[in-house]
Amino acid sequence: MKTFRAPISGSNSLDWVNAIVQGTLLGGLYALFAAGLSLIFGVMRLVNIAHGDLIVLAAYLGLTVTTILGLHPLLALLLVVPAMALFGYILQRGILNQTLGKDILPPLLVTFGLSVILQNGLLEIYSADPQKMNAGALETASIPVGELSFGVLPVLTFAIAVAVIAALQWMFYHTALGRAFRATSDNQETAQLMGLNRRHIFGLAMALALGVTAIAGIMLGIRTSFDPSIGGGRLVFGFEAVIIGGLGNMWGTLVGGVILGVAQTVGAKIDPGWQLLAGHIAFLIILAVRPNGLFPRISE
Amino acid sequence: MTKKTSIWTRRSFVAGGTAALATPAILSGTRAYAQNAVIKIGHVSPRTGPLAGFAEADDYVLDAIAQAFSAGLENNGKTYTVEIISKDSQSNPNRAAEVAADLILGDEVDIIVAASTPDTVNPVADQAEINEVPCITTDCPWQPYFFGRNGVPGEGFQNTYHFFWGLEDVIGSFLDMWDGAGVAKTVGGLFPNDADGNAWGDAELGLPKPLAAAGYDLVDPGRYQPLSDDFSNQIAAFKSAGCGIVTGNMIPPDFATFWAQSAQQGFAPKVVTIGKALLFPSVIEALGERGDGLSSEVWWSPNHPFNSSLTGASSKELADGYTAATGRPWTQPIGFKHALFEVVADVIKRAEDLDDRAAIVAAIAATNLDTITGTVDWSNGPINNVTKTPLVAGQWQRDGDAMDLKIVANSSAPNIPLTGELKLLS
Repeated sequence: MKTFRAPISGSNSLDWVNAIVQGTLLGGLYALFAAGLSLIFGVMRLVNIAHGDLIVLAAYLGLTVTTILGLHPLLALLLVVPAMALFGYILQRGILNQTLGKDILPPLLVTFGLSVILQNGLLEIYSADPQKMNAGALETASIPVGELSFGVLPVLTFAIAVAVIAALQWMFYHTALGRAFRATSDNQETAQLMGLNRRHIFGLAMALALGVTAIAGIMLGIRTSFDPSIGGGRLVFGFEAVIIGGLGNMWGTLVGGVILGVAQTVGAKIDPGWQLLAGHIAFLIILAVRPNGLFPRISE
Repeated sequence: MTKKTSIWTRRSFVAGGTAALATPAILSGTRAYAQNAVIKIGHVSPRTGPLAGFAEADDYVLDAIAQAFSAGLENNGKTYTVEIISKDSQSNPNRAAEVAADLILGDEVDIIVAASTPDTVNPVADQAEINEVPCITTDCPWQPYFFGRNGVPGEGFQNTYHFFWGLEDVIGSFLDMWDGAGVAKTVGGLFPNDADGNAWGDAELGLPKPLAAAGYDLVDPGRYQPLSDDFSNQIAAFKSAGCGIVTGNMIPPDFATFWAQSAQQGFAPKVVTIGKALLFPSVIEALGERGDGLSSEVWWSPNHPFNSSLTGASSKELADGYTAATGRPWTQPIGFKHALFEVVADVIKRAEDLDDRAAIVAAIAATNLDTITGTVDWSNGPINNVTKTPLVAGQWQRDGDAMDLKIVANSSAPNIPLTGELKLLS
């Protein structure tokens, strides 16, 4: 039988370099998935189970905008980001604020319910057809580097992830809003006493988080096809990136995403069956060695 | 100011209550004596969830079937009213088993039917087998159906019957298509770690042996997990082996990721033939220009030269009817879903005694019916309880504004006409 497996050991080292670089670029996408989660957990200790479905919702909004207005998906960001941010503010003020308290279970359950509602709502409106956003030449364009070539889209996604995280970090430490976020995160009651409206601050945090989610959704929707049911799978990667990097640390989230991405592609280099498993194993090892993640910002 | 405490007064309660109690007496008096006996059909299908694409035509097909059944079906000179109870599996095998048990034990259906992938068909058939209810299924290759349910060749099952095609037909039609292409005989294989992927990639029963026998080299990097975000390693392996053909069995998001990354990383195969992912026009539309030229297996199309035994409609009429009713392009499961009820109707008409489950099973086994998907005849199947319908290979080609699935290879079923010629991708 002439069936043979792809060369594993002894193949040129360029393949390994390729796997690592592709993994790093993939990490950019995971960091985008995770940034919104990290932000809301950091500010209000809310674990958002519906995050994956919100990413898919953003992708569908992007699809709707591009189809109706004929815009390029990246231009659609100009509409989808504010729309998602507004949705986030209303969601937080209207529903999630009512559930926040000493007990972490109610918000968890409410976001779980939200996840089910979003999935079925999207299924009802858009059907189960896999959809994809058409970004034209951007999807297939590549940059040759020596013998390797890297897609323009993954490179762009990584650059956007770095920019988003840098912007969030700057906002946290150099603006009044960031100070309000940090104050509320440190001690809600005291912040309230100092004249900060905690409900409004939480609303803004969710708005910001969903703005970032909108970017993640659009980048996902250009990269691959999506349907209403794929949100859950993306949530896991987001969570892992947040935990690996350390809760509440934005740059840590980027590092977490990259570690996850590289673990996956290197795992897949050994055997494609190892791809997702390798990511999960990397996550478990880090959780075992450093339970608070690599760069924890929040001390519990 | 007057106060009204309740809308219920003692008098109105007594009057209303008496009337309510008396109602059944009046109703039973109006009951028609000539009412037909009822035969109940349970139907399980993935209406929601990731497999919902397979069931998108359910409403259209079931409406047409209900119309065809509206006058009732005749068995041994007696007219039976047919009641179809349809339940959603939510694309989840556990849920499929649950609703099947519900149909069997709760609704007490006489026959149960199911369609669309091993995740729907197998749990329903298993429930039917345990509870000894006649069961007919389709739209799932027979190997996952038979071996996935631990079927023993030679023994088979008591109550459950299946019609579709098998992996050998897929392989045959793929080779048939590639042989005429004149490209390098090195094939890259993309097989996920799921029921279909493991069956396709299986060293003994899957693609490797027949491909080797036909002179093709298969580069199989190994099973990947479905919903992977990166295929760089597979692409690198295919590139270095010089693969001219890529094949496999994928879900649409995985294929979209692979296909975009292939372009980004400079891998341009001449032929890409993928099972499952490329079945539906909506998936091809989503891929845009990159969807033009991809190829897939074809189980049923509007050009299949068959007619419905129930309504007399041709394949084209059935498909066009769906497009007219919904404004959506035809899909392959439409024909099989329709054929499933053709077989049911035929069995109901022929069964010696509809009150005897064994007689219904015997009628299923004795089926020899020309359906809209081809002949269903369990006396000549590849294995017990299984019979096969023809399979050909097709390629998506731009035809005016839309993509059309052209049939480009038909050696195994020459009665299904070719509608196009295979074009190379690059």
